[in-house]
Amino acid sequence: MSINIRAGLLSLVVVTALVGCGKKEAAPPAAETAATPAAAAPVSTEEKVVNVYNWSDYIDPAMLEAFTKETGIKVNYDVFDSNEVLETKLLAGNTGYDVVVPSASFMERQIKAGVFRKLDRSKLTNWGNLDPEVLQRVALHDPGNEHAVNHMWGTDGIGYNEGKIKAIDPNAPVDSWQIVLDPKWAAKFKDCGISVLDAPSEMVGIALAYLGKDPNSQNEADLKAAEDLLLKIRPYIRMIHSSNYIDALANGELCLAVGWSGDVLQARDRAAEAGQGNVIKYSVPKEGTIIWFDMYAIPADAKRPDNAHAFINFMMRPEVAAKNSDFINYANGNIASFPLISETVRNDPGIYPPAEVKAKLFPDLAETPEFTRLLNRTWTRFTTGE
Amino acid sequence: MKPLLKRLGLQGRTAVTAVPYLWLLLFFLIPFVIVLKISFSTSQIAMPPYEPLLQWTGDKVMQIKLNLGNFAFLVEDDLYWKAYLNSIWVASVSTFFCLLLGYPIAYAIARSNPSARNILMLLIVLPFWTSFLLRVYAWIGILKNNGLLNNFLLWIGAIEQPIQMLQTDFAVYVGIVYSYLPFMILPLYANLVKMDLTLLEAAADLGCKPWQGFLKVTLPLSLPGIRAGCLLVFIPAVGEFVIPSLLGDPGMLMIGKVLWTEFFNNRDWPVASAVAIVLLLFLVVPMMYFQRAQDAEAGGVHR
Repeated sequence: MSINIRAGLLSLVVVTALVGCGKKEAAPPAAETAATPAAAAPVSTEEKVVNVYNWSDYIDPAMLEAFTKETGIKVNYDVFDSNEVLETKLLAGNTGYDVVVPSASFMERQIKAGVFRKLDRSKLTNWGNLDPEVLQRVALHDPGNEHAVNHMWGTDGIGYNEGKIKAIDPNAPVDSWQIVLDPKWAAKFKDCGISVLDAPSEMVGIALAYLGKDPNSQNEADLKAAEDLLLKIRPYIRMIHSSNYIDALANGELCLAVGWSGDVLQARDRAAEAGQGNVIKYSVPKEGTIIWFDMYAIPADAKRPDNAHAFINFMMRPEVAAKNSDFINYANGNIASFPLISETVRNDPGIYPPAEVKAKLFPDLAETPEFTRLLNRTWTRFTTGE
Repeated sequence: MKPLLKRLGLQGRTAVTAVPYLWLLLFFLIPFVIVLKISFSTSQIAMPPYEPLLQWTGDKVMQIKLNLGNFAFLVEDDLYWKAYLNSIWVASVSTFFCLLLGYPIAYAIARSNPSARNILMLLIVLPFWTSFLLRVYAWIGILKNNGLLNNFLLWIGAIEQPIQMLQTDFAVYVGIVYSYLPFMILPLYANLVKMDLTLLEAAADLGCKPWQGFLKVTLPLSLPGIRAGCLLVFIPAVGEFVIPSLLGDPGMLMIGKVLWTEFFNNRDWPVASAVAIVLLLFLVVPMMYFQRAQDAEAGGVHR
């Protein structure tokens, strides 16, 4: 009898192994296999291939084709959906990627770990197109802008379902963190559905800013104050996730979400397409919020740094950066591209906030490993509501 | 070829059994040793993000540095114990419901017409052709407030307001039971289909009512299948991460989530490895116990 059970187990193992294989073939970098056909190209010492690892839905695919057409360099384009996943691959090394796009706050730590190679400015002839203000803000994460070039930037803000919020209270402070962080307000929208980002450092930073403290404080008393504030609103939070809120906001499952600008705008567009009467809006709270940057960088062990520089330099062209911004609804760090961006994107305060709002934006700086642990412990207490 | 194998001391039989051992060595033991190694290390900001255990300190001296602090840390903070216990609880409840649902299904298939069995078994295995992740996402569509289930209940008038089912423990149990049910049914079926039905006839001849026959004959004989099925459901369910994070209440404390936080958020690979090692011990020790019990039983049955 036991033999038969073993046979049953064996067939199970085979089935799962097959499923596993299918996944594996689809996911990892197609670096080695795709690289071979181009190996014969004699012009450059590098194969005519560049392996790019970027966020999902974060580029105009036509720009990748244009790059290949012009340079003859084939782009193997792979996507991820969280900084943590990218970081783990980078720290393990040998990713096979030539260009990656981490957020600046993560990149800050990765630079210290020696993950990236310094950029060769002589190969980045379009450097002059970059926005000095963005360069300056990014330099807080990457001193001297030595390792990375901004692709897109955005803010943390409030995505809300206008109709549902106004129906519950027409005076709801949609332009303030109060609507989420004040228990009195949060309680009103509990049944309607509130979501916050599963990003401890950002959410604690926002809570500290709301309390009038330094959002990048690494003081334990400040952290405790932020925790007390967050715990008070925990009973009213339905979802703590960094991507599931997009669909949920779009289809009316949630009416309030702390989210990333581009994602909320994506929810807005999806809601408009669905035509179920959900009108989604994005606001940058008046107390100030996080400004984040997604950066092109080259791993230290990249095999084709010349191609990587060529790729980044191509993306720094004003017309290319403008097309990308138009396609994905994000602000870019390329000041020369600004006049070329379509008016709907350029004049959207959710994408390009006005100067007085911009003045209140603050960075999310990397914490020490010790403080990171305290921060994540606080976050676990928040999520479990203890 | 043959003399070579002989010279290596490999008989035909040992050569065949060597294959699974080699597999276990490559895909279980070596990865385990790597994780064990990292669990004794200390995290640092570098590539890879932990200190090496072995270091040449010059003068032909090799230094081995073992950091036991990671395991001590798991005891200091009650987070880990709570997460382990809650995961075991969730997995136990899920296993119970899988058994409750899976047993009748396996029984019905095993007792059905032999020509129908293959088709029915195919139907059980069929969901595996779709990605696990997609199937869990599909449950979001079913359970959400304006999803299939709520709309159906509203339509038949059973409820007046949609019930919040997504982001609840209920949704997690539904997801786990749904995903792992085939793992319960397959070994149970393999067991039940081989049962000698004349034993039930004999039981009936001796005055057993059908339900008594089931309790006294079928159920005890199917215990090995129940054990195998329960282990196949329980073990992956304890470490489950995807289902709670997609369907569950964010406050549901599971060890899979804690492990994720240690690894991805704290970037503390050593503590994450320690969490994984302790989890493995939690699972392997009872499994070895069950295996031994089963082997003893099988040894008794075989002639």
